[in-house]
Order: sequence, then structure tokens, then C-alpha cells
Amino acid sequence: MTDVPARLPARSGEWIDRDRVVEFRFEGQVYRGYAGDTVTSALVAAGRRTLGRSFKYHRQRGVLSLANHDVNVMVDDGQRTNLRADVLPISAGLELQAVNTKGGLTGDRHRHINRMAKLLPVGFYYKTFHRPRRLFPFWERRIRALAGLGTIKRDAPRVETPKRYDFCDVLVIGAGPTGLSAALAAANNGAQVVIADENARAGGSLTHQWAGDAEAVEIRERLLSAVDAHENIDLRTGTTAAGYYADNWVALVDDIRLSKMRAGQVIVASGCFEQPAVFHGNDLPGVMLGSGAQRLLHRYAVRPFQRAVILAANSDAYRLALDLVAAGIEVATIADLRTEGETGPLAERVTAEGVVVRRGCGVYEAHADKNGELSGVVVAPVTAEGEFDLGRQESISCDGLLMSVGWTPAANLLYQAGTKMDYADAVQQFVPAELPDNVHAAGRVNGVHDLRQQLADGERAGLAASLALGLYSGEVPEQPRHEGGSPNHPYPIFDHPKGKNFVDFDEDLQLKDLLNACQEGFDNIELMKRYSTVGMGPSQGKHSNMNAVRILARHRGQSIMATGTTTARPYFHPVPLKLLAGRSFNPERRTSLHEWHRAADARFVHVGDWLRPEVYGAADTNRPLNELVLKEVTAVRRAVGLIDVGTLGKLDIRGPDAAEFLERIYTGRFSNVKHGRMTLALRCDESGVVTDDGIAARFAGDHFYVTASTTRSGAVLQDMQHWLMRWGLDATVVNATGHFAAMNLAGPYSRHVLAELTSADISDDSLPFGGVATATVAGVPARLMRVGFVGELGFEIHVPAQFGPAVWERVMAAGKQFDICPFGVEAQRILRLEKGIPIVGQDSDGLTNPFEMDMGWALAMSKPFFIGQRSLQILQRRGAERVLAGFSLPRDGNAAQVRESHLVIRDGEIVGRVTSVAYSPTLDRIIGLAYVAPAQNLPESTVKIRADGGVLRSATVERLPFYDPDDLAQAGVASLQEVS
Amino acid sequence: MPLGLLRFAMSKKHPEPRMFREPDALKAAYDVVIIGAGGHGLACAYYLARDYGITNVAVLEQGYIGGGNTGRNTTIVRSNYLTPEGVRFYDESVRLYKDLSEDFDLNLFYSERGHFTFAHTDSALSTMRWRAEVNKHMGIESEVVDRDTIQQACPELDLDCGGHLPVMGALYHAPGAVARHDAVAWGYGRGADQRGVEIHQKTRVTDIRVEGGKVVGVETDKGFVRTGKVVSAVAGFTPRITEMVGLRTPITIQPLQACVTEPLKPWLDTILVSATLHVYVSQSSRGELVMGSALDPYELHSTRSTLDFTESLSGHLLDMFPFLSEIKVNRQWAGMADMTPDFAPVMGRTPIDGFYLDSGWGTWGFKATPVCGKTMSYTVANDREHELIEPFGLSRFENYRLVGEKGAASVGH
Repeated sequence: MTDVPARLPARSGEWIDRDRVVEFRFEGQVYRGYAGDTVTSALVAAGRRTLGRSFKYHRQRGVLSLANHDVNVMVDDGQRTNLRADVLPISAGLELQAVNTKGGLTGDRHRHINRMAKLLPVGFYYKTFHRPRRLFPFWERRIRALAGLGTIKRDAPRVETPKRYDFCDVLVIGAGPTGLSAALAAANNGAQVVIADENARAGGSLTHQWAGDAEAVEIRERLLSAVDAHENIDLRTGTTAAGYYADNWVALVDDIRLSKMRAGQVIVASGCFEQPAVFHGNDLPGVMLGSGAQRLLHRYAVRPFQRAVILAANSDAYRLALDLVAAGIEVATIADLRTEGETGPLAERVTAEGVVVRRGCGVYEAHADKNGELSGVVVAPVTAEGEFDLGRQESISCDGLLMSVGWTPAANLLYQAGTKMDYADAVQQFVPAELPDNVHAAGRVNGVHDLRQQLADGERAGLAASLALGLYSGEVPEQPRHEGGSPNHPYPIFDHPKGKNFVDFDEDLQLKDLLNACQEGFDNIELMKRYSTVGMGPSQGKHSNMNAVRILARHRGQSIMATGTTTARPYFHPVPLKLLAGRSFNPERRTSLHEWHRAADARFVHVGDWLRPEVYGAADTNRPLNELVLKEVTAVRRAVGLIDVGTLGKLDIRGPDAAEFLERIYTGRFSNVKHGRMTLALRCDESGVVTDDGIAARFAGDHFYVTASTTRSGAVLQDMQHWLMRWGLDATVVNATGHFAAMNLAGPYSRHVLAELTSADISDDSLPFGGVATATVAGVPARLMRVGFVGELGFEIHVPAQFGPAVWERVMAAGKQFDICPFGVEAQRILRLEKGIPIVGQDSDGLTNPFEMDMGWALAMSKPFFIGQRSLQILQRRGAERVLAGFSLPRDGNAAQVRESHLVIRDGEIVGRVTSVAYSPTLDRIIGLAYVAPAQNLPESTVKIRADGGVLRSATVERLPFYDPDDLAQAGVASLQEVS
Repeated sequence: MPLGLLRFAMSKKHPEPRMFREPDALKAAYDVVIIGAGGHGLACAYYLARDYGITNVAVLEQGYIGGGNTGRNTTIVRSNYLTPEGVRFYDESVRLYKDLSEDFDLNLFYSERGHFTFAHTDSALSTMRWRAEVNKHMGIESEVVDRDTIQQACPELDLDCGGHLPVMGALYHAPGAVARHDAVAWGYGRGADQRGVEIHQKTRVTDIRVEGGKVVGVETDKGFVRTGKVVSAVAGFTPRITEMVGLRTPITIQPLQACVTEPLKPWLDTILVSATLHVYVSQSSRGELVMGSALDPYELHSTRSTLDFTESLSGHLLDMFPFLSEIKVNRQWAGMADMTPDFAPVMGRTPIDGFYLDSGWGTWGFKATPVCGKTMSYTVANDREHELIEPFGLSRFENYRLVGEKGAASVGH
């Protein structure tokens, strides 16, 4: 690989495998790197400096942090977009394009926007385009076309990923010197420890910032081998702690999965983000953070430039200078913003290398060559107020400018956990002042910058966590105190008449943009963020929030503390939807009779999570669905039918207080229900609105069996359990929904059929309408209930679910002589409509009370209490303002169709709506239920319904039920028709 | 490029004044004190000043302008509600919204994108038809559309939602729009400020003094101010304010969460809602997908986020748009929604003389901002409810005159 000019000779600790050359394409060109390289490191190694275009002005951008703290370099691989090239490993065959260009990175046709920047000040889009109003859509289309970064891939596949629930005693976030030392301290006390670090390898700053220091390398190797050997420690690299949620619930994200970690203790040792300085041209390719250059040097053995200037404000800059010199890079000048500069051995070593140090100097501006990349800087003396003495300026040509002016804590998760942070003047950064229980902070995020102190602080946090876990009872040492000068410059921000001094690289915000936002009244940190969009880009302000706070504080003449910060919200890094979604979970419930239905060509319909047969024989395409449904209806009316009702909620309620409990939950009377009888179970909420209905069968003094509607049974159960606890009654509720298969055998011949399968007495005397019994049916223990939902003689048969198919088949066989017909929910809907029985949810809405449904009879108002009783008393006094009425229409194929939810109109006002409507084969007319004004509910009068196309149709009000008003059929006393 | 932008290039100094002054100290007395400088409170102040000449008004804000639910919602504006009362009210709001950018001379990016509410079941389709019928009756553009129409408007959508819950149809509301939510508050704030209203940020109301059933002033962390009229426009903090005057309401506070993805080149032009899948999604003018879901099912007085929220939202979003698997969620947040039993607001006078409520905004407050300002200012100026808000009085909970908006404001019924 001699054609890779910037690649340094092999060095110890590098992350690349020089034996494996990997070829990939970027912007159509072939590049080669080594396994272990990221896209960015390989491109820089190949001599590229411009790697991306910015969001708004389409400015050329290169490496800034190489740490995923910025999004200067975002690429698209054809399948995925907005990929962060700084941390994206190269792989063979990868074909990449920079995002947000028109016509490629070099020739980007949107690059002219950069020259129009003056026309586009902060918030420019609020100031114009809205007058005249009719032109706004025109401008909006143009603005929208420029928005966004990457482009979606319409044909990309749905990717399902695993998820993991995780537990540990101590979660350490960050595998730098602090985190490793914290993990060892906790693990040595017996704690089970997980370390999460987003980097491909552990070691944190020991792999870049300190990697040129022999002693530090020794520490790194010692810590890593101790961690590696420790059986209590699970080190997870490539794993981001993406968000902190209540009770130490931490989202750990890696390439494969989301792990939901419940940690006993959390130690945040996430370090710092190195911060850029703000000066004219600070975003040119070639200007980068000191730690970014160190990552290139030490991890990837890449020398990103030949001649460098360092803008310094701390000791780290001098360590950087030595690293650069050692890598054969000429360090032209260190411009140290501090008037006193650096003293001590480090400074002496730098001077000994012949590096020129200019104290009290800053970078006034950076210049670009004709390619738009860094070619030189102007260095000049600068006062603490940021005034340059340009009379003493010096132009220095260089292809690298390193910013080493300070750090800001990666405290995102600490903020999310509710940590109170204070601004510490000694280190010029926010540090935790009050931590939540079971959360610890250590290392640089805690304001501890010295390597040896970091090790001590990590150990302290590890011991504190062990103490909290009860694994340690010794002393926990004090937190080390920072000594010496601040590692962070208080205001590395410099004005320039030409601007282009960027505070936020994601959003292309210059210093003046923030000052102008202040001028316009957005001079508190939250308003500034919302108006200027500082910190709202994909990197969430990792490099810009702190500088914005400094700018605002100085502008207002306030302290940093009084200025405050914006809220740090999840996620630390953006998380792919696929990892959050995991595997799609769409439960589908089937009754034990499902296979039979399928074999009978049932067409299924989703009812909540359940699948229910809508109609049978639907595969027979020659017959319209409607005809199949009508056939099923007719079979039930004339002979006998069988429907699977196993999806009903089934609740076994037992205990001495079972009756009392139901008295309070439901509107009716239960204590006087005799064994072997059942009654309606109607529920209301506190405001008297009907919420569900079912039946309650009493099998013993302390045992009721209650049904609830298919879709609401989960909510009913939950609510019951809630009230049972609140009231402290001696009863239990068991969800038996899945325990039982249930079928309703209905029709004039249903007793004939059932009689063939049971020796029990099912005559009217023993099992009258409303009666229940336990019996053996087809050799299986069963609960029998004489019900009448469809308006015919009928028996619900509930048997243990596993026997369901056998019993169903036996019933079908026994019914064969009567032409028994299985029927689905469509037929059932028509049957119950003919019988005038409303369905809660369909024929009621969020405000319907029982009086409106003519169910006042089901309310035991004289009971001491039931849920909704007080409201119902008030509603009863007031009287219903609408009522559910039956109506009918002639069957006329040409007339406008009336559908559910069509409105009932009276004198031009809405008085109600149609809730159910269907053709009744039994009555040969269209029948329905609708809410009407009480005065309209007069049989044979007419109401107006606004049908399809807005046509008003007259419907005739009918008395309910439409079918069998004397209930002879369900009583089983109607005369039987011959079965053909 | 509009010529208006030229002045920024010509001028040496940024040619824009403050949008809102920073008043020094609280005065001893105001004609009206409005608690809460969100969109609602500022709109009320704006119309009080503009339409009724009442300018001796203080808007007191414990945080910063628009920092509550105004800045946390998913910016949808629509009027396809279920009850005639609701439709009439929100329709007036939509009408006002359309003129707002010009009224303010501030571009709110009010953008009509068309609003689809999916039905995945027969019963949902029936509810959609109910809404469409009521809407049409009230003269609102609203109709039930079939799968083909939806597919045309959004070719990227998997109408079968991965086969789990196929979309059967939708309620389509052409005027459905999005707007820059923060700017709505700023526009009202600027307009109120220009007319003499004082906006005091970082000023917390600690108590309301009531004597003989009448408001006489408010205590703040910056001292007492006299006033005979107090308007509470504090959304999720409503119970804390009503407690100060000893007023009971059925309002509960539940979290409502939202999130955005990284910016993408625009591809989604419409606003899509699936109550069954618990997903609301639109694409902002920055290119982010803005997404929300149903309320969290518990009471909580906090703006904390949960992981479950993005987990379940992401799953359902991928049911609709499987190709977004690799797209990343950038940021999530939460607001505190002041929920009412009937999903309609609580507005108007109260049994305490001079204490006015603009509350019960649950998950539907942003879209009502202009009409709330209009009607609350009328109500305060005349001490009589504006006719549009008569149905929303607090007394309806005693009289059982509820306004059932649940079917249009959430899932079910």
C-alpha cells in the first residue's frame, strides 16, 4: 500500500489489520484501506480532505472529531442513509455517496447557496415567503426540496432485529481509564458488571489522547488485561448507552440489537466532547479537533497533514504537539490563547522539539486554497475579551489546524437521569452537583481531567456503587480535586467581520446568527435553541450547545450557571427504527376450533387480536358473500346453526364476596340470582356511559361465570382486578378466556341436536331460558347456558378448550339430520339485529347511557352502590335526549344506500345516526337501529336519514324487536318447520 | 429568492428589532393577568389588546415563551371532529390560522398537506363515516376515501401494514395542515407586546388571592400583583392552578410523547394517522419525520420520556413504511396533557368571579390556539362566554352535558 501517502508505519495499539486490504468506492472512486479502518480514516489515509457537504450552505467539510460527535461526514450506501462515516467500518464492495449533494460531492450544484448566506440570516424563513399568501406554496415547494440530508430507499427491506432484556449489578458507561477502573473496583467486590462503550475497542482516551505516552500505554494494557480476565465483567464495545429512563433502565444499542438494561447501579464515565473554537473558517477541511487528529494517528496510523498549527488553551494541546512531531508532522506554531501559556515539563519538551509557541495568541482566520481546503491561518495576539491585535498578525501556511481549547462533559445520560449540574469555575465546565440515587459519575464527565486522578475517581465510583449494593462496607474516598489551570477555555469564540465562524456545524450557524437571535429577543437558552435551531441537528449539539451557552451568557452579562442549558433528551446518538422496533409483535389469537373453520373455507375477520369466521364457504367464488350470509341466517331461523363464540371474555369469579363484587361492578342484581340461573351483566363507567355487557351465570353460591365482549375483555379484567384490590373484597377473578372453547347452538332444532349428545335433562323445566347447568356433552364436562342472543332457542356450550374441536364435530354430526349450518359473525349480526339487540360499541358511543338504549330495566337503582349509579340517578331525572330506535326501509336497489353512521336529520339539524343497518332475509326489508329524538320514536312515523350522495331518505320507525316480538322462538315454543 | 431578503445583505447591522421586550418589574396592578405564555395565553393577550383595547395585561410564565405544550406538539391543525360543537369551534380555528402569517407578518409555515385517518376495521370505518357525515353537514371538507385514493396520495405506504392490519379506508380532510408551532406563540407574543402587553418570563405564580368569591390578585415569586381577572392557560399545570382557587375539575394529567427522525429529503407530503396502530406521522420542512402516538395510559405529572414509547411507535411505523428500518430516531420528548373525560376542553368563566379557565387541552390544544385566543378574550372582556365555547363550560360535568369527542380525538368508540 505504498500508494497510501498518509499512512504511517505500523505502530503498537493501532486498530487496523494491515494484512487485510479492503477495497470500497466513495463518490464513484475506488479507495483501499485496511480492515479496522472507518470510511473516514481510509479516505483521509488516501489523501482526501473534503468528505461531505453541510446541511444549509453546502459547505465543504472534513474531519472534525472522528468520534461521532459531529456529522460532517454522512454517507449513503444505497441501502442505508445518514451513515456516519467517521465510525462506519469499511467493508469490501461498499459503494458510498456523500448525502445532501446535487451532482456529487465535488461539483455539488447547491454549493452556490454558500455565497448567498448573507441573504439567509438566522430565522430568515420566518421573515418572508408568506406575502402574498397564494405564493407561499410555490416557495414552500422550493424550500422543501432543499431540506433534509439523506434520501430514503423505497425498496429497502423491513429488517427485524432481536431485543434483549438485561440485568446487572453495575452498568459502567464508558471504557476509558475511569470506566475500566470503576468496573474493576466494583467487580472486585463481587458485583456483576457490564461496561458499555460505543467505540470499536476499549480504552477511551488511552487509545488516542494518551496513546503517545508510554506510561499511559502501560496503564491501558494493565487495565484491559485485568478487565478481560475478570469473570464478573462483561465488556461490550460497539455499544452505545443511548438513553437513560426511570429506575436505571438504560437503552444499550449495538449493531445487532437493543438491550434494555436494568442496572442496580449506573456509573457514568462517559468522558467529554472536545469543543471547537469559533473563528472565521473554523469549518474548513483541514481544521479539526486535537483529539480527532490523535484518533487518526493512534488508532488508524494516519497522518492527516504535513504542517500543522495548533490553537491551544490547555495542556492537552502540548501532548498533541508531541504526538504530531513524533508522527513526522511539522508543527509550525502553537497559538496559545492563555497569556501565561503552558509551563512545566510538557512545555519544555515541546520547546525542545523546536516548536514555536506564541502565548496570548489566537487564530484570527483560516484560509482556503482553490479547492476550498485549509491552506493557512492568520495568528495574532488576542485579549481575554477576544480583541485581536492585527498589527502583530502572522500568516502561517499549513494544511492542518488543530483545536485544543477545551472539553464539555458528555453528561447527556446524567441529565436524563435528573442530575443537577453546577458550573465549576476551576475547570470551566458543568459538573454533577446532585446525583440521583444509584447513579454515579466519574472521570472527566465529573470534572476530573488528570489521568491518575481519573483512575482514582473511577475506583471511588466503583466502591460507592459496591457500597450501595451492600457488597462493600469500607471507606469510600473523597473525589479528587482538580489541580492546576482549567483544561477548558472560558470563551474560545472570536468575532470576524466576514463571519463564517461556525458555532453549530450541523446547522451552519455562525456566531452572528446567535447574536442576532438574541437581538430579536430570543435571549434565553431555550428560545435561542428554538429560533436558531442550535443543537437541533443530528449530533444534538455535542459540539455547539456549550459554545451557545457561553455566547448567550456573555451577551447577557450573566454567569453560565444563570444562563443554564437546554434539556438533554434521548437519544445520545440517533437509533435506527429497526432496533427500536425489534421483531414486529402482532399477536393473533385463534380459538381451538380455528382449523375446522379453515377447512370449511371460512373467511376470517379480525376482532381485536382474535380471528373469527365472518362467513363460511367464502372460497366458493360463484356465490356472492352476501348470499352466503343470508343462507346462514335462514338456516338458524328455520333449523339450527352453530357459531364459535370462544373469543368472548370468560371470567371465573369465586369467593364469599363474589356476588357483592358483581353488585358493585355491574348495574344489576346478583345476590338474588339463584344457582343455575344467569342474568345480564351491564357495565357503566362513572359517568353512566355503557361500557360493556355480557352474562353472569351462577354455578354456586360463591361462583359466578361472567362473559365480556371479545375486544374489551382485557380492559374489563384489568378494571375488575383494580377494583377488587381497592375494595378489599374476598373474591378472585380468573381469566378463563383461553381455558374454554365456546359455541352457541341456536335454532328451533337446537334442543334436538343437543339431546343426542347429553343425558342431562335439558327440557324447558330443567333448563329454561336463562338457565345454566353443568353437564356432560359428547363425553366432555360442559357448562350449558340457555341464551337467546340471536332470538332462537339456543344453548351456549362451554367445554375445556382442548376438547373444543371434538365436541364441535360431534354437534355438527348430530345436527346433520337437521341440516345444521355453521354460521359466522356476519350472520350473527343480522340475527341479533332482527331481534333488536344492540351491541355495545356499535350501537352505542362514548356518551351513550342505558336509558338511551332502552336498558333502564337493567339498572338496579335501589342498590346501595354500583359504578356509575350516581350519574345515572341524575341522568334518569333528566330523561333521555335521544333514543335508539328501530327503523326499516323498503328494499329498493335504485334508492340511495343507507349505511352505518349516516345521520338522522330533523329540521336541518343532526339528531342522531344510524348505528346498524342490514337487509333482513327473514323480514325481507332493510332494518336498522338509529338514534332519534325521543319524540320521533313512534312506530310507523318516519324519520329522515341522509344517505349516500347526501340524499334524504324516509325511514319508518318500527317497534323493537323486529323479529318475534313475543319471544316465542327463543322460549322454544314456536312451531317447528319441516327440514327439507 | 424574495426581494425581502435583500435587506439582510444590504444592511450592516441585523435589521430586526426584538420580538418581545423584557419588562423590568411587575407593576402593582393589571386589568388582566394571564397565567402561561404558551400559544393560548399569548393569543388571549393579543386579542384582548387588539380587539378590545385591553392592554394593561401581564402574561406570567414560569419558564419561557412557548416552552410547554406549544413547543411539544406534533403541529397538526385540522377541524374534522365528531360533534357539531367541536367542528364549529375547530373550523373557526382553521379559518383564523390561514390568515395568521399575514396578520403577524411572520411566516408560520402554515402548510395544508391533507390529513388521512386510517380505518383498519369495519367499526373504525363506520366511525370515520360518522365524522365525515357530521363534517359535511357542517360544511367541512371531509370524506371517507378508499384504498386507491390513499395509495395515490402516499405511494410509499404499505396499505396492508405488513398484513397485520390492512388499511380499509380513511377519513380524508384536505385542509389538514402543519405549522411551525413555536412561531405561533412568537407571533402572538410579538403582536401582544407591540400593543403594550407585558410578557414576564421566568415568573412563577405561587397563589391566587380570592376574597368573597372574587379574584383580587396573584402571588408570584416576584411579588404580589393586584388584578380582578385571571386567565389560566397552563395546560398540564391546570390542576396546580385550580387548586389555588379551590376549584375542582375532572382534569387529569397524562404524558403524551413524540419523537423525530434525522432529516431526510422530503418524501412524505401528507399527514397520516392510524389510531389502531397508534401512529401519527408527517414530515417537517426540515425533513424530519415528526411522530406521535396515543397518550400514556397513566397519570403522571412529569415530562420524562419512556423507551417503550419509541419501541412501540417504531414497530408500528415500520408496519406502514417497512423501508424506513435503517432510518434513525433523533430525539424524543414528552408533554403533560390535561385530559378531560369527554376529550373536549374546559373553557370560560368559573364559580370564582374573575377566574377564567382555558384548559382541558389534552392532545388537541395546538390546533385550537387562535380560536381560544379569540373566544377567551371575548369572554374575559365581556365577562360572558363566547357562543363558540358555551358547550365547553366546567358545569357540563355536573349537568351531564358532555361533548363526546373521544371518537375524533383518540382511539375507540
